[in-house]
Order: sequence, then structure tokens, then C-alpha cells
Amino acid sequence: MPTAEFEAETGWELKPEGACRADVCIPLPPGTAGDEVDLESLAKALGMPLVVDEARGLYCLGPRSGGRALESAVAPDLRLPGWHGDAFDLATLRGRKVLLLAWASW
Amino acid sequence: MVTVALDLEPERAARYIGRAKPSHPSLVDQAHRMDELFGVVNVPSGLWIDEEGMIVRPPEPAFPEGSVNTLQEYPPLPEGLPPYTEATLREARKIRTEPGRYVAALRDWVSLGRGSEFALTPEEVVAQSRPRPPEAGLAAAHFELAQHLQRSGDGDGAVGHFRAAHRLQPENWTYKRQAWSLQRRDQGPTDVYDGDWVSDVLKIGPENYYEPLQM
Repeated sequence: MPTAEFEAETGWELKPEGACRADVCIPLPPGTAGDEVDLESLAKALGMPLVVDEARGLYCLGPRSGGRALESAVAPDLRLPGWHGDAFDLATLRGRKVLLLAWASW
Repeated sequence: MVTVALDLEPERAARYIGRAKPSHPSLVDQAHRMDELFGVVNVPSGLWIDEEGMIVRPPEPAFPEGSVNTLQEYPPLPEGLPPYTEATLREARKIRTEPGRYVAALRDWVSLGRGSEFALTPEEVVAQSRPRPPEAGLAAAHFELAQHLQRSGDGDGAVGHFRAAHRLQPENWTYKRQAWSLQRRDQGPTDVYDGDWVSDVLKIGPENYYEPLQM
């Protein structure tokens, strides 16, 4: 897939030193990324599982795995719709203590 | 406070939110991104973020005060309930929660901030967050595909990926309950999934449905 699309979707930047996000840079095997990324190779290097649904022509890249759910205590970006469909960005609450509470109708 | 409804069907969450008339942001997370981002596996789960955008407590069971959590407080079950509903309520009453402790800790943090014994260091936050073996990452990828297919109208395609997510991360109740609830509102047995709420709870014991608070 195009490198720019990968970067926009995942927040990882592909630099000469490797794939970088926040303080972390992971070296990549040669040929993994140019204008396009070799998704399988990149996913493997980043420890991100890749699921492919051939029949439906879909794939999905999962979160980095092999350690813990949180790699750092820095709260990740969170943008989700409000219940009226309006966009909400957790970053707008910077400067306040936040209790983030997950629930469900089920 | 920001509430996040892990509801693939937003209108289901909206019915409750509408009645509550909240003044806080009330978000909807159709794809259960909270699981992928923070390690949530059940609801209700709470996590704390300080003024600098640092997580100071990773997700854990978060019940409000006044939650009924001891068997002695429940009235007798009414007569004439559908059998699966009765079975569900019988097991649900045995679930253990700790609302008093959680809310006391929360108030302590609100008033003392970093000085609260309940505010963890960054290292502690990471260490206390849920382990994520490769299977759990795969489960998240399958769930994301499943919810995408469900929302696109391909319910049959969704089932295969929901099943994979359940198999790969069996302790994830949000993945299970969301999928079951799309088939049956009471999350009972179907021939589409291998489990159902009562059976899966009995496998681990209702007293283990929520992990104890690490405080």
C-alpha cells in the first residue's frame, strides 16, 4: 500500500532509520518501504498481526503485540464520535483529570 | 468523566444515554477500539488520565457507588422468568465488584493528584496493563474486520471473524458479548457461536468475572 496511507492510518512514520512513533524507532529490512510498503514484511517487523480475508479482499493490521496492552503511559490519541455523531478528540481535555469509562448496552 | 459505549449498534447505546441526559462527553466506540488502545476486555472499565495526558491507572473494573454487589442485597427472583434469563440473573448475582473501594480511590486522586497513592508511575501503569500476546493482537484485528463486515451488511462474513476473535482471546468479554447480542438480545446459545453468557461465565466461575482491583 502507499507509504503515505500507511503513515496516516497508523501514526507510524517511515524514516531512513526505520519505522518511528513517539520515542521508538524500529529498523526495517531492506525493501520494506519506499513509495509503497510491503505490508507483510512491515507488520512482521513491527510485531503487528496481519489478518487477511482473501474472499472479501480485506485485510486488517492489529496492534503491536508480544508485550503489554500499554507500551507507555502516554495516553494515545483517541478520536471517537459522540452519541449525536459529532467528532470528539480526547486531546481537547488536556489540562483536566479524565476518567475514561467504557460501558455497553449489552 | 468521558463515557465510551462499546456498541457496534450506536442506537442501542443512545437509548440509555438519552435517558441519562449527561453533561459529560458520551462517545460511541463501534469497533471496540478501547480494547485495542488500552487493553479493555470487559465493562464497566475505567482508566485515569492526568492533566498532562499521562495514564495514571490502566483499565480496571469501575463500578459507581450504590452498585448492588452482595447476594444478600438482591430481592428474590420473580416468578415466571424465561429460563435463560433466570439462569443469567442467578449467575450475575454471584459476580463480585468493589464499587466502594474504586470510588474512594478516584476521589483521593481527584483531590491529591500525583500525591495520591492510587496514581501510578508510568512504569507501574505499563506493568499493570494487560499482557498482549500475539493471539490478543490477532483477536483485535479479527474483531475490527468483523465489525466492519457487520456494519457493511455482511453479517455472515462478520461471524467468521467474531469467532476467530473469541478463540484467540477468550478472556475478552466485549468481543463475545457484542457478537452474541447481535444474534440474541439475551446473549444465549446459538448455533453460530460456541459459547453464550451463562456457559462461559460458569466455565470460569461468576466470582472471577471481574478481576480484583490492584489497589
